[in-house]
Amino acid sequence: MKALRNYLNRVKPNFEPGGKLHAFRSVFDGFETFLFTPNTTSTSGVNIHDSLDSKRVMIIVVMALMPCLFFGMYNTGYQNWLGAGAQSFPFWEIMLYGFLAILPRIAVTYIVGLGIEFIVAQWRREEIQEGFLVTGILIPLICPIETPLWMLAVATAFSVIFVKEVFGGTGYNVFNVALVTRAFLFFAYPAQMSGDNVFVSTRPILGLGYNVNYADGISGATPLGQIATSGAGEQPLNIIGDPISTWDAFLGLIPGSFGETSTLCILIGAIILLWTGIASWRIILSVVAGGLFMGWVANTFQTPTYPASFLSPLDQLLYGGFAFAAVFMATDPVTAARTGVGKYVYGFLVGVVAILIRVYNNGYPEGAMLAVLLMNALAPLIDYCVVQANINRRMRRTKTSA
Amino acid sequence: MRKTINLRKGLNLNLRGGVESEDVTMVTPSLVAVIPDDFPGFSPKLDVAEGDIVEAGTPLMHDKNCESVKLVSPVAGKVSAVVRGARRKIERVVIAPEGNGSLVHDAAKATSAETVKTLLMESGLWAMMRRRPYAIIPQAADKPRDIFVTAMDTAPLAWDPETLAAGKTAEIAAGVKALKLLTSGNIYIGIKNGSQMPDIAGAEMVEFNTLHPAGNAGIQAANIRPVNKGEVIWTLDIITLARIGALMLTGKADFETTVAVTGSEVKTPRLIKTVDGADMAQLTEGNIVNDGRNHRIISGNVLTGIPVGNDGFLRFPYRQITVIPEGDDADEFMGWASLSPSKMSTNRSFLGHFLNRAFSPDARLQGGRRGMIMSGEYDKVFPMDILPEYLIKAIMSRDIDQMEALGIYEVAPEDFALCEYVDPSKLELQRIVREGLDYLRSEI
Repeated sequence: MKALRNYLNRVKPNFEPGGKLHAFRSVFDGFETFLFTPNTTSTSGVNIHDSLDSKRVMIIVVMALMPCLFFGMYNTGYQNWLGAGAQSFPFWEIMLYGFLAILPRIAVTYIVGLGIEFIVAQWRREEIQEGFLVTGILIPLICPIETPLWMLAVATAFSVIFVKEVFGGTGYNVFNVALVTRAFLFFAYPAQMSGDNVFVSTRPILGLGYNVNYADGISGATPLGQIATSGAGEQPLNIIGDPISTWDAFLGLIPGSFGETSTLCILIGAIILLWTGIASWRIILSVVAGGLFMGWVANTFQTPTYPASFLSPLDQLLYGGFAFAAVFMATDPVTAARTGVGKYVYGFLVGVVAILIRVYNNGYPEGAMLAVLLMNALAPLIDYCVVQANINRRMRRTKTSA
Repeated sequence: MRKTINLRKGLNLNLRGGVESEDVTMVTPSLVAVIPDDFPGFSPKLDVAEGDIVEAGTPLMHDKNCESVKLVSPVAGKVSAVVRGARRKIERVVIAPEGNGSLVHDAAKATSAETVKTLLMESGLWAMMRRRPYAIIPQAADKPRDIFVTAMDTAPLAWDPETLAAGKTAEIAAGVKALKLLTSGNIYIGIKNGSQMPDIAGAEMVEFNTLHPAGNAGIQAANIRPVNKGEVIWTLDIITLARIGALMLTGKADFETTVAVTGSEVKTPRLIKTVDGADMAQLTEGNIVNDGRNHRIISGNVLTGIPVGNDGFLRFPYRQITVIPEGDDADEFMGWASLSPSKMSTNRSFLGHFLNRAFSPDARLQGGRRGMIMSGEYDKVFPMDILPEYLIKAIMSRDIDQMEALGIYEVAPEDFALCEYVDPSKLELQRIVREGLDYLRSEI
């Protein structure tokens, strides 16, 4: 470590103003503070600080996403094997296939997103902010595996610049950056981003995996996609036409966006986030409550006009991106409600709206993304009401004492 | 039956280097300084010159806004230096102690509100109280709604002021009697749960649990009866109250103080009896660990205290010295990923959180400054009916209406110390609040 420190100290002058590499100051600074905790000491106020910093916060979220990432790798390979009619499912080959499928996507989002972060940090003469560490992994996890790389790059660049940086960077954005990336893809390239053929990887990669041919009675439609187009109360089927059990949906061995199929892995992530106190339990709890409530309402008034109303409230939680949105999207502290009471209201409405869109809007088989984005927009309003209540309480106090 | 208030929000930091023995060592300072910056709201105008001989209690400076408000010399001696900073701002007046003369006021005449007020101003004790709004010294025209006295100190490693005031019941009673003339409301004395302090006639005793910041006078006020717009309250601590009482009884203001020398870099944490403004060199002499690390010598506690260095002075209102490692010489590899049990944090991702041990943190920020990302972190350690994040944002945007509406009149910078400690974005909250209060005062 000493040698590394000495090396950094030696090359540092090159990156300072006047040095020949000063155009990369922010990059150097980013790596230096990543490797060594800065020695900056407090100059005003408290003399000691808690050891928690935004780097650790972000890394904890990334760690919480790891189970979903690994499961996504397995599931990507598994769906390919299954769709091709394979009889055996060799674990490591499937994992390797999934890894090779996701690697370029993660690489593209990180290169595009971090590249923009580095440039902006350099331009603003600020430190690099860590927010994109999380966003960069979230984006591949919530997109279908077949999303073309160039679209991913365009969408990432769009949302990092126009959703985050123009507002001032991490901590000032109104909308969840990862979700806007997905929404951008969804609305700009609907043909490539929805339908039955984007959720399963259908080609071999580096000699691994198989060609999946949709002509053979094989369908890569997600459960929610099938339900939206099927009749009342029909059981969703998996890629080769077998019925999907609740257990399958919980484990996540179903077609869907890369990292959001497994409710089990999302639960593991949720435990990590709640244990470390990084995510708000108020939000997660109330999103689930809202989803169950609206699922129950829809189920009680089930009608063939809206086939998704035949899903039980529990199935509503297990299918699609609901659980992932509850744990990783709705809890983004920057775009969620910030007040204690506000978090309950915000979370509950996310849950309600997600199921509302899912059931009563035939255009979109899944509503979690739009629900969170809608509530991102409304979160300041919810907080405004809570803040106003505090202000009114103070005013009343002044009046009674006067 | 005493009223009891249990605050659930807050945080007690478990630090190494607390005082264990009640023995008190006498230390005579070699220099004593009076620093006007320690008395916010006081604009100093010099009353003495270098070389003047002064007694304990002789005015050194008066307030430009109100001539009767004085800062006085805590010791008898000679004015050895008047140190000025940029734009000739008076930074400190330094006295070399000599002899033991003491100015005696005619306290017997102080029987009405006006005369008590004048006596307090002239004696230098007036400036030792604080008023809200603005967390500054009381203004001459103030008619405080209530006066809040705190007889507890919950700050990290602080010594219990109640033990220091134990033998001073008569003085405290006299102090309450005098202050009673200045307010039409109550005098509340905040004491810790199970306190041995006897009831004082004329004051209402309120018990608090000892979860920091429950000992802050402002936190106690907010939970007993918060300040509303247009109202004024005064706050002070039990030692200052005893000083006021002593002044009323004897005519002499007492500037002796007992200081707790604490912190992980102190050899033997101990109590020292000295005077206000004593020089740090004498107080810490031979008592700092010689481990080759850089030290931060703080006058006060780790949360609100001022790093003054070894050539600094004991600052008002602190009765504590804390010495911790500075930490600028540390090279910590990937500290953000650390699983080391010696990292101190309220977050459960750190191993140290689960160990019942005392920590010796250094002064590093432990991260970079960021925008406000996490929400609800401040609320956990802020026991007032105020939304701290929103108040801070209102202050940063200099939105006066919003600041008022969100309760800026109720707060002092010290109330935000714990918020600043836990903040993962490492914002300088106490500085922000102080600037906000000053801005508001200059605009209204």
